[in-house]
Amino acid sequence: MSDDAPKKSPARRRFLAQGAAAAAGILAGGGAPGRSRAEAAAPPGIPDWMKEPGADVGSQTYGQPSRFESGLIRNVPKGLKQYTSASSRTPLQDLDGILTPNGLFYERHHGGIPDIDPAQHRLLVHGLVETPLVLTLDDIRRFPSESRIHFLECSGNPGFEAIKAGRTASDLVGLVSCAEWTGVRLATVLREAGLKPDARWVVAEGADAAAMTRSLPIAKCLDDALLVYSQNGERLRPQQGYPLRVLLPGFEGNMSVKWLRRLNVTAEPAFSREETAKYTDLMPDGTARQFTFVMEAKSIITRPSGTQRIAPGFHEITGLAWTGRGKISGVQVSVDSGRTWQDAALQEPVLTRALTRFRLPWTWDGQPTTIASRAIDETGYVQPGFADLTAVRGLNSFYHNNAVVPWRIAASGEVANGYA
Amino acid sequence: MATRRVAALTGAVLLLGIAGAARATERLGIGRPATEAEIAAWNIDIDRDGRKLPPGSGSVAQGRAVFEAHCASCHGSRGEGGIGDRLVGGQGTLATAKPIKTVGSFWPYAPTLFDYIRRAMPLNAPQSLSADEVYAVSAYLLHLNGLVSDETILDAKSLASIRMPNRDGFVPDPRPDVRP
Repeated sequence: MSDDAPKKSPARRRFLAQGAAAAAGILAGGGAPGRSRAEAAAPPGIPDWMKEPGADVGSQTYGQPSRFESGLIRNVPKGLKQYTSASSRTPLQDLDGILTPNGLFYERHHGGIPDIDPAQHRLLVHGLVETPLVLTLDDIRRFPSESRIHFLECSGNPGFEAIKAGRTASDLVGLVSCAEWTGVRLATVLREAGLKPDARWVVAEGADAAAMTRSLPIAKCLDDALLVYSQNGERLRPQQGYPLRVLLPGFEGNMSVKWLRRLNVTAEPAFSREETAKYTDLMPDGTARQFTFVMEAKSIITRPSGTQRIAPGFHEITGLAWTGRGKISGVQVSVDSGRTWQDAALQEPVLTRALTRFRLPWTWDGQPTTIASRAIDETGYVQPGFADLTAVRGLNSFYHNNAVVPWRIAASGEVANGYA
Repeated sequence: MATRRVAALTGAVLLLGIAGAARATERLGIGRPATEAEIAAWNIDIDRDGRKLPPGSGSVAQGRAVFEAHCASCHGSRGEGGIGDRLVGGQGTLATAKPIKTVGSFWPYAPTLFDYIRRAMPLNAPQSLSADEVYAVSAYLLHLNGLVSDETILDAKSLASIRMPNRDGFVPDPRPDVRP
C-alpha cells in the first residue's frame, strides 16, 4: 500500500460525509503544493492519471482492490481472549449487490484455519453404506457438478445481549455472507456409496484442529445439500474450508462443516459437543432447544446504518434480506419509528436461500427518527421485533436471534443502533 | 398406421426416460473402497451411549495431573474458566436470569466429554492425549462437578453409565414460535 492511501475509512464512506470539502481533505496528500490533487483533477483541470500510461497489463497477477479501498476489510473484533476459536464479520454496510467477495466472507473457526494440501486430502464415506469409499479431490470433481447462490449465516448473529452493543451493520449481523457455490450434490456422493435402509443422519467431520463434528439430518443431505469445492468461481479460500466443505443451504452455518474429511452415515445423531453444549438454545424454563437448524427470515438496512452520517435530502435506503425457509417475498421499511411500514423494491433475481437486496427511495426532512426493515418470506413468516422474540425465548438462548434492527437517526444526521 | 407409429415412438421415448432415471441412481464408479483398517484409523466418533468408547482407563488423581499440565492454563486450576470456558458448577442455574452452562450443569451425555476432549483439546495440541489421559481428565472434570467420587477410575463402561444431571433438559425445535 502506498503512503498516501487513506488510512482508515473506505472511500465509499465519503459519499455519506458532509460535503465534498471533507472528502477532498481525506484524499489530499501527494498533490501539488498549495493545490490539492482533488482540486487539480476537478474541471477544468486534467487529472494526473490521464497524462501518463497506467500500470502494465498483468502487473497484478491476482487482482487486488484499488489502494483507495484499503479500509474495506473484515470486521475483526478487538481484544478477544484468543483468536483460535473466534469469528470475523463481513463489512455489510460497505458492500453492494448480494454476493460477498471471497476475501470478505465472514469467518468462524473453532481450531484455527488449517493449511491443507489438496493432494494429501481425502474424504472418507463410511457407516451405514453399502460400499465405504475413499475419495480424492480429483475424484470429487469428477462427479456431476452444480452451482447455486446461497447465503451462509452463523447461528449467533448476533447473540441476544450483543444486539444492544453493536455499532455498525457488520457488528450486528456481519456473520452472514452470500456466494455462488460449486460442487457435487451430497446425495450423489451418498448414493455412490449406497445408503443402507436405516441411514438417518450423516456425521460430518472437518480436518481442522477442532475436528469439527456435526450431525446432518438425512432428509437435508438428500435434498439441496452440496459438497463444495469452489466459491464465486475460484477454489474455496482456506477460511471457507479449502479444499472441500459441506453446504447446507438455509441451515445454521456451523453445520456446513469446513475442511471436510469424513462422512459417517448413522442411525442416530452423534450428540457431539457442538450439538449439545453449544448451538442449543436455552429457554427461560431451563430447557434447551436442540437441532434448531433453520435460520429464520431476517433483514437489515445497510445504508444508512450505524456510524454513518447523513444530510437532509434524498437517500436511497438499501439493505439485505434472507430466509432459510426459501425465498424472500417482501421487505417492509419504516421511516417513522415503526408507526407505518411500506414495501421496499426487491432487486432481481430473488433466489432461494440467498441474500436479497432491497431498496426504498427516501427524503429525510432532518427530524430525528428511527428507520428499520422487516423481512417476510414465502411461508408467510414475518421477521419479529426484539421484544416479540425475547417474550417467547428470554435473553439467554444466544443463538438464532433474527430480530428487526432499528437505526436511530439524530438531528445531526448521526445514525446509531436503535437498541443501544 | 400413423397412430401406431406415434404409439411406438412414445414407447421408445418412455423406455429412454426410464433408462435415464435408472442411470441417475447408478453408481458412477468414482473413488475406491475404504478398508476396515482405514475406517478404524479415522473414525473417532463416540455416540451418546458410549458404545464406541475405546479401551483404556484413568483415575481422578491422574486426571488432576493431566488437567494441571494441559488444561488449567486456559480453564483455571479448578475448571473455573479463563481464556477457555468455565467447566465446573452452575447446577440449578439454567432456569434463572444468569444461567451458568458447564459440563456439570448443561452437558447431557458423559461420553460426549471423551469425544470432545479427544478430538479438540487441548486447543494448542488436539488429538495429543492418550485414551487413558482422556479418561482421566474426564474423571477429574466429573469429580470437580460433584458427579463422581475422588476414588473413581473411568473406563468405557463406567463413563457410559454416568447419568448427567441435564440429560433430559433438551427439547425439539418448535419454531416458528414468534408472531409479531
